[in-house]
Amino acid sequence: MLIQLVSSVSESATAGTPVSMADILHVLFSAFSILSILAGLFFVLGGTLGVLRLPDFFTRLHAAGMTDTLGAELIILGLVIQAGFSQMSLKLLFVAFFLLITSPTATHAVAAAAYQAGLQPLLGRYRAPEPGEETKQ
Amino acid sequence: MAYFNLAAAFFVLVSMALMLGRLLLGPTLYDRILAVNSFGTKTVLFLCVFCFVIDRPDGVDIALLYALMNFIATIAVLKFFRYRALDVSLAKSHITQSDEER
Repeated sequence: MLIQLVSSVSESATAGTPVSMADILHVLFSAFSILSILAGLFFVLGGTLGVLRLPDFFTRLHAAGMTDTLGAELIILGLVIQAGFSQMSLKLLFVAFFLLITSPTATHAVAAAAYQAGLQPLLGRYRAPEPGEETKQ
Repeated sequence: MAYFNLAAAFFVLVSMALMLGRLLLGPTLYDRILAVNSFGTKTVLFLCVFCFVIDRPDGVDIALLYALMNFIATIAVLKFFRYRALDVSLAKSHITQSDEER
């Protein structure tokens, strides 16, 4: 929709090569959307691996909290670019806005509840467990 | 572009499946709550991406609803495991009072 708008503007302005202008913009928007979604997927998958692999609850919380927020925002940004200027992109922006507010709040609430319940963080230098050794936590 | 979105939805699904691993393994309660919260965020992402794949804009509404519901569910579960009841007010006075009872 945005592309049609820009192409009509360029048609009225130059009356020269409006189609190529729209093509360039289409490719540009698609490339930016793909880059954004790929970056978001990188953060989401990295955060998930962090939640699976890290040794302690608070480190897992760190991995999940930061990367989920940024990854979700980046993926939704890529989808908004795909949707163009429409009602769907407004809804997607609402989703992004509420995720931006609620996701750090929920992470903070989980951390505060765990700390109040007496869950102690692992302190000191971390030593990776030996292959046969039982892991703490 | 539809195939790219399909691949993105697939990788979000892979991430959700891995998060289920932490949900099942999680040694403490808070690990499980964290995993459920993160799973919900990824569900929202999956709905948003997948309704682009099938080209129906209805899924975004459900995703919006789910994003809010997921937050409230997390807070409610945390509150339940703190007080063992859901009808406790979260005002400051109640928190200090129950701390004194402990």
